[in-house]
Amino acid sequence: MSDQSIQAPHTVSRVPRTPAANEEAYLEVSDLQVQFPTADGLVRAVQGLSYSVPLRRTLAIVGESGSGKSVSSMAVMGLHDRRVARIAGSIKVGGREIVNMSDKELEGYRGGDAAMIFQDPQSSLHPYFTIGDQIMESYRAHNNVSKRKAKDRAIDMLGRVGIPNPRRRVDQYPHEFSGGMRQRAMIAMALVNDPKLLIADEPTTALDVTVQAQILDLISDLQRDFGSAVVFITHDLGVVAEIADDILVMYAGTAIEHGPVNKILGEPLHPYAWGLLESIPALTGEPQPLHPIPGSPPSLLAVPTGCPFHPRCEFKDRVGGDLCTTLKPDLIPRTGDLGRTSRCHLKEPDKVFETEVLPRLP
Amino acid sequence: MLLYILKRVLSAISVVIVTLVASFALFFLAPTDPAGVICGPRCTPERLADIEASLDLNEPPINQIGAYMKGIVVGREYSSGGTVRECAAPCLGYSYTLGQPVTKLLGAALPVTISIVLGGAVVYLVVGILTGTIAAQVRGTSLDKLVVGSTLVVQSIPYFVFALLVALYATFLPDSGYHPFTDNPLTWASGLLAAWLCVGLTNAAAYTRYSRASMIEALGQDFVRTASSKGISRRRVVYRHGLRAGLTPVVTIFGIDLAFQLTGAIFTESIFNLPGLGQLTLRAFGQYDLPVLMGGVLIGSVVLVVMNLVVDIAYTFLDPRVRLG
Repeated sequence: MSDQSIQAPHTVSRVPRTPAANEEAYLEVSDLQVQFPTADGLVRAVQGLSYSVPLRRTLAIVGESGSGKSVSSMAVMGLHDRRVARIAGSIKVGGREIVNMSDKELEGYRGGDAAMIFQDPQSSLHPYFTIGDQIMESYRAHNNVSKRKAKDRAIDMLGRVGIPNPRRRVDQYPHEFSGGMRQRAMIAMALVNDPKLLIADEPTTALDVTVQAQILDLISDLQRDFGSAVVFITHDLGVVAEIADDILVMYAGTAIEHGPVNKILGEPLHPYAWGLLESIPALTGEPQPLHPIPGSPPSLLAVPTGCPFHPRCEFKDRVGGDLCTTLKPDLIPRTGDLGRTSRCHLKEPDKVFETEVLPRLP
Repeated sequence: MLLYILKRVLSAISVVIVTLVASFALFFLAPTDPAGVICGPRCTPERLADIEASLDLNEPPINQIGAYMKGIVVGREYSSGGTVRECAAPCLGYSYTLGQPVTKLLGAALPVTISIVLGGAVVYLVVGILTGTIAAQVRGTSLDKLVVGSTLVVQSIPYFVFALLVALYATFLPDSGYHPFTDNPLTWASGLLAAWLCVGLTNAAAYTRYSRASMIEALGQDFVRTASSKGISRRRVVYRHGLRAGLTPVVTIFGIDLAFQLTGAIFTESIFNLPGLGQLTLRAFGQYDLPVLMGGVLIGSVVLVVMNLVVDIAYTFLDPRVRLG
């Protein structure tokens, strides 16, 4: 997992897509726990994570490295080694339970109903097999077709993700592709079986900025065509603003804020999210020193009691008693808006944001 | 690619020539008395002079080397005691102690050694890579620890002790001995079985460790995770995606190992009574049979440079990113 700083959102004020109607969730995660027993103790990577994503919508999961965003998504893909990871809770995809699914069933599920685009296409594609070979393998794992048919499908997919001259490129190796083309090939591979659920784990992190924008557009376009539910993992708030309908902010293995993208980016309710916005450098006016969140993310071996963010929170004095250090807040609506939830004991966080945090933002 | 191979072959030939000249200098110009050794205890001055003349020992060193090289290309004759012995090209000298041209001796010994080494290689590659791959998959479990522990035990036993133990206790194996493959492949295989098991099992320990380490690294690669996310079987993930990447470094080690085994199978050949290169050169060493020793050196250097070249070329097939030139 890479640890880049949070980057500036470039188009925060984007028109939201279809409003969050009461569509049926395609992916439903409830009270997910992922733990890794290690020699040093139990690593609680994900603790009680719940969210849902309907078809045709994009959920962005944001958070620092080690906040559990990748680990939880690997669990949704059924990619954890069960001898190493303890997984509890429920992950339902299209009504089917993924936790405790048999290995055989998981094979049919992975790459078929759900597919994943990985962070670094350079290391995520096999260097010794051709691009076509790798796409065909994915297709033939779920469709009983001849090699010839699979190859036609691979060429078709390469064309759809915007790779010029796909008939020639299909027989090339990953090292003969540029970074952006490799990521397109990776996307072609993920979408070859028309998955209903697509998980993109920081798919633009390894790419330069112009290519990033192209890949984001491509994913949005393909999502529209395929009508899939997309989970987009990133630490880049600019990307979030570009692509997401909803945001889930993760900290120390739990969700601390969840809601529609314009609300969360425009008026967040959790002190950690405020910190994230404050840490974005201003691109206009006099250069100002950066405002990082003090301290560093907690070790998942020893997550702080109470609210996991309390050791770094500048607002914990506002909460009466020792609530912050003893009681973990629930993820519930904190204002009149029931479409968004946050995990903080602070009373009227929207007022605190407006009067104290907003004026400080660059 | 062809140009590259041509360049490599030329440089390989020059390496072999340098090795030849150097060992020639070491053996023939050393302050020793090869003619005297050949002549034996009941030697007359006439006979000694005759031997010296037939071996060109009276000639300046440069002429001796020249005659040797010329013999390799066009053949030469040795005259001694009035009789002339024909030594056809490629002539690597004439062994007086065995009364045969060196080329013929090597030609008889080489198939024996190649049979031992290649058969043993099949055993240690199959056993080593499979065990290593399985151990890598169950890394950290008691099975893995058992595998790693066993390889340590096997590797700690000196090779000749292991070979002797096999010879002493594995009496249920067919009698050891060399019968040419072309006569009867079955008797060929049964005569070599003990040697194969011995070479195979001892080397399998090392290959288990190489493959285990290499596979642990390969299975941790991002592209293996990608393969898992496609919904193909775990077996296909490990053996197609993982092993393909994990084997590449093992091939390099294998090429060099093979070269050394081809030149150094002395223990195996002695213990299992197989008349291969090792036995031939060891005997030559004891009897001061310089032409045979020279022949052994020549074979050794040729095998080493050839194996290096083969590994480099094999790499272009294993890893499409490697382009020779």
